[in-house]
Amino acid sequence: MDPTRFTKIDDTAWKIEPTGDMRVPGIIYADEELICGMDDKVYEQTANVATLPGIVKGSFAMPDAHWGYGFPIGGVAAFDPDHGGVVSAGGVGFDVSCGVRTMLTALSVSDIRSVQKPLADALFAAVPAGVGSKGTITLDSEQMDAMLHGGARWAVERGWGEAHDLDRIEEHGEMAGADPGCVSDRAKKRQRREMGTLGSGNHYLEVQAVEEIFDCGVANDFGLKQGQVIVTIHCGSRGLGHQIGTEFLRDMLPAAAKFGIKLPDRELACAPINSEIGTRYLGAMRSAINCALANREIIGHFARQVFTRFFPECDLQLMFDVSHNTCKVETHTIDGEPHKLFVHRKGATRAFGPGHPDLPPALQDSGQPVLIGGSMGTGSYVLTGTAMSEEKAFSSACHGAGRAMSRHAALKKWSGRQIVDDLAERGILIRSPSQRGVAEEAPGAYKDVTAVVLAAEHAGLARRVARLSPLVCIKG
Amino acid sequence: MIERADKRTEPNAGWELLPHDADVRIHGWGSTPEATFEQVALALTAVVTDAKVADETAVTVTCKAENIELLLVEWLNAIIYEMAVGQMLFGRFGVEIDGTRLKGTLWGEPADQVRHRPACEPKGATYTALHVAQDAVNRWSATCVVDV
Repeated sequence: MDPTRFTKIDDTAWKIEPTGDMRVPGIIYADEELICGMDDKVYEQTANVATLPGIVKGSFAMPDAHWGYGFPIGGVAAFDPDHGGVVSAGGVGFDVSCGVRTMLTALSVSDIRSVQKPLADALFAAVPAGVGSKGTITLDSEQMDAMLHGGARWAVERGWGEAHDLDRIEEHGEMAGADPGCVSDRAKKRQRREMGTLGSGNHYLEVQAVEEIFDCGVANDFGLKQGQVIVTIHCGSRGLGHQIGTEFLRDMLPAAAKFGIKLPDRELACAPINSEIGTRYLGAMRSAINCALANREIIGHFARQVFTRFFPECDLQLMFDVSHNTCKVETHTIDGEPHKLFVHRKGATRAFGPGHPDLPPALQDSGQPVLIGGSMGTGSYVLTGTAMSEEKAFSSACHGAGRAMSRHAALKKWSGRQIVDDLAERGILIRSPSQRGVAEEAPGAYKDVTAVVLAAEHAGLARRVARLSPLVCIKG
Repeated sequence: MIERADKRTEPNAGWELLPHDADVRIHGWGSTPEATFEQVALALTAVVTDAKVADETAVTVTCKAENIELLLVEWLNAIIYEMAVGQMLFGRFGVEIDGTRLKGTLWGEPADQVRHRPACEPKGATYTALHVAQDAVNRWSATCVVDV
């Protein structure tokens, strides 16, 4: 994008002045180089979101923003139900509650090196990944509804996880307001055999090393030490969420017309929060959040079982579990007054600052862990929410590096086999059912994750705590 | 950009995959809306695999929508649903369109990780870059972005 199209607020905040039907400005948080690298569609989509009824303060985009569908990926927007605010299925996306969890071990890199190959193979065997992989769990209709109500708590009660995990998951592992009755039979059928599966695309399970610590105090609160091994899982609500997204996008299109909502892009299909379809979507979408929370809890359990086989004393402690495709009801202060808002984050992580009442006691001083997935070659980051995050973008931060090139440009440039071999030489083992999938997810296809997190830090969205490097990556 | 002309069905039909930042844009063309929708479906399969898909099993789907663009999204989502629920891949398609209704037949086989090496899983067809139209030389063209 051409930076001159924006009003520059400062080095990492760029404003799209409201024109036409825009009700609020658009604000993109990024440095100039990242802005220049973004597709013009990010500008257009950020501006489009600003036209939706009841939007509060601004249409925001995070430093990893890229061209999405409807909302940009990396888009954040809050809507006020008392001022005609809407809920948008396109503002959440198909992979509802896709997110990241990080689990801590007491192992060192040298512990892993001694078993790296069999460990990679065992994780790949234990965690079904990719199209055509088969899960070991099948849910009947009663179990499905219980899972959609209970989320990670449901998984823990069935032995797939530890009770103390729940304090370290957003919503304490169980999203309130879920209504499985709002989830179609087709969505439930699509999920019947998918619990505990990773999916494909950019989803992964990684064994990582803590490479560098930036804030010793917060790292200590998070349980992170230099040289320590951790396990990170990135996946979402699988077929159930995809089907809910598909069906509500379809149904919200005529609903928007019925309510007289002018849509600049059909993908922004939405409905008033307090409408019948809005309420139904929230009931279904919250069920999908529970599905994602249960899914990550189960995969975490599978990872624990594998690690225990190699290291009988090993205990994987959940550091935190965050979601980045959601609409959540949150109270935010606007002009000194608290407002209950419906905050859409599509490819953006919630980033509560220190002292937020929803954080567990152990994280009250540090703020919320913000887990940023990079690429399989370049590493990832752990950030923490800051006191400024709320004012900047309703306590939100980036969610990953963000793609710099399309899957097909990546396929033309790299071969999967070569990437696997090159990374193996650097001590990073990749296991994936598809070499083409590896090529599409090549490290070079992503933006520089360090540039993205530095922009987030300079913008005041979140602050760096640790940098992680991959040791083993299971790709779907 | 991967591009491939498919001349098995008719000379002027084909499909391609077009770049999109995070996802993938699929495009098909043909001399009729039916042939065009069949080509877009082939492009959808190509998002997942480059391997040959056998036509061992047939599945029938029906869908309807108020216009032909929305019908394309319904058609693709019906295929995505059958792929997901049956863990199937489809390599041949037959489409009949009657106004706002579509009847489709999908021929395929169970997805095999060793043989098909599936690269990624389509989550849903979107309304982004959605376009179905006939050009000046009467060729039909259909495209949209698929979330993967």
